[in-house]
Amino acid sequence: MSTALASSQAPSRPPAAPSRWRAVNRRVLPGFGLTLGFALLYLSVIILLPLAATFVKTAGLTWAEFWGHVSSPRVIASYRVTFGASLAAAAFNVPCGVILAWVLVRYPFPGRRVMDALVDLPFALPTAVAGISLTAIYAKTGWLGQWLEPLGIKVAYTPVGIWVALTFIGLPFVVRTVQPILEELEPELEEAAATLGATRLQTLRRVVLPALAPAILTGFALAFARAVGEYGSVVFISGNMPMRTEITPLLIITKLEQYDYAGATALAVVMLVVSFLLLLLIQLTQRWFTRRSRS
Amino acid sequence: MAGSASTLTHVARPHSRRGLEDPRWLKYTLLGIAFGFVLLFLVVPLTAVFVEALRKGLGLYFTALTEADAVAAIRLTLLAASISVPLNLVFGVAAAWAIAKFEFPGKSVLITLIDLPFAVSPVIAGLVYVLLFGAQGWWGPWLMEHDIRIIFAVPGIVLATVFVTFPFVARELIPLMQAQGKDEELAALTLGAGGWRTFWKVTLPNVKWALFYGVILCNARAMGEFGAVSVVSGHIRGETNTIPLHVEILYNEYQTQAAFAVASLLTLLALVTIVLKSLIEWRHRKSVEAAATATTRQFAS
Repeated sequence: MSTALASSQAPSRPPAAPSRWRAVNRRVLPGFGLTLGFALLYLSVIILLPLAATFVKTAGLTWAEFWGHVSSPRVIASYRVTFGASLAAAAFNVPCGVILAWVLVRYPFPGRRVMDALVDLPFALPTAVAGISLTAIYAKTGWLGQWLEPLGIKVAYTPVGIWVALTFIGLPFVVRTVQPILEELEPELEEAAATLGATRLQTLRRVVLPALAPAILTGFALAFARAVGEYGSVVFISGNMPMRTEITPLLIITKLEQYDYAGATALAVVMLVVSFLLLLLIQLTQRWFTRRSRS
Repeated sequence: MAGSASTLTHVARPHSRRGLEDPRWLKYTLLGIAFGFVLLFLVVPLTAVFVEALRKGLGLYFTALTEADAVAAIRLTLLAASISVPLNLVFGVAAAWAIAKFEFPGKSVLITLIDLPFAVSPVIAGLVYVLLFGAQGWWGPWLMEHDIRIIFAVPGIVLATVFVTFPFVARELIPLMQAQGKDEELAALTLGAGGWRTFWKVTLPNVKWALFYGVILCNARAMGEFGAVSVVSGHIRGETNTIPLHVEILYNEYQTQAAFAVASLLTLLALVTIVLKSLIEWRHRKSVEAAATATTRQFAS
């Protein structure tokens, strides 16, 4: 993580006089114009122009119309479901992810490699497959549902089901951000704490956990950001009842299907702004994190 | 990496002093939680797919896979992936070359923008193309006049797939190529090699594992994408349904066994992807190190 971040964010040497770097870079290695030109063109056509279209479309609305679209009771309820379940899922993934990373890095046990590889499953498994599988498990007759329902715990077709799906989707993020930091953690720190008389638990709480904090925060934010936009795994298990278990991405699709383009686009703009803010937050934490690991 | 890992296990060795070792109760508790979590959230859903798929026997399993609509869906998914993966591969290589080998203003902004599709909900990735090419979209009327269909047709599906898989290859290559610098390329040029030759003989061999890694992840996402494709597909059976959309239709029609049978194909693809990914990480740790550490950001969508 640190190498990747450092290299992507360090402003790489103060640029010498412009004329000089042009001479050094552009003339010796070929392909600068071609590759950058193609990359920018492709980026603009596939990503930037279409995204800009969303904002332009919304700009055609008056402020009152926009506000009406993004603050109707049904929409507000969908925000509550989406952000609430995403927050709960990302928060649950924090302790579980840290424990999983700790176990994978520190304890040798049979099957460790398999477990390590399995952590990537939510990245690789198509969301629709995860959705129907989780629904089958937690439905009334499912493997787990048949035991949970008599206890009064309904999972499928309730907000709890959404939480389960989003926990699955976000599972790898905390593990994969914490793991490399844990691998590179200097054992001297823990030895010093032990020498100074700290018990193991004190060392874990006062030395190890603070060192992992930025990575944990990044992992949490990534899991949360992913969960907020998630659609495929949620629609099957949520039951999609307006006001109760309807997530915002689904509401966007519903509005599109009713040809309410303005409403769908206004909601999309809200989601995009939230996503961009989260992206910014993640980048800021990572910058903080790189600076800390350097000092 | 291997070095630091062995130091760590060394620390945890039983004869080391008390304060350095996790107490036994803690160790077993943490192992218990980790196993429980993985079992509940990963192993059970994975197993359920295959159990449900084979519930009515192998015969019906294969019937579900060879039925005409399923075959059409498989064909469309392969088509969409075979267009979007190469496109994003070429983009990834071009972007990584420009970013890693040259200095130019706005570079860090460009890197952030490449990550953007991961921050956008798949539903919105589909929506943006509907706004451009849909019947009520910007270019909708013009397209209709000329009888060109993009939305609710194959081009829309390809576009949406390209959008959601956009950063995969670039994100793997950029950190690795930045770490490698350009000394080897400069040496090759000094020795008289041309630009293309330098790229094929020097740059490509240096990044091939990271490239392969990026491609398999890109492919897995391309074949499994649901939300974005769902918005632009129109769900026309046998025509604009990809495998994940076909799974959805079967499931909603209560053909549960058939839905899981088709879903098991995608699950196998996911398993193959994970195995290949792990193999590359173990065998070629060094050459994909920079890339592997950036994987997490890959999936932040």
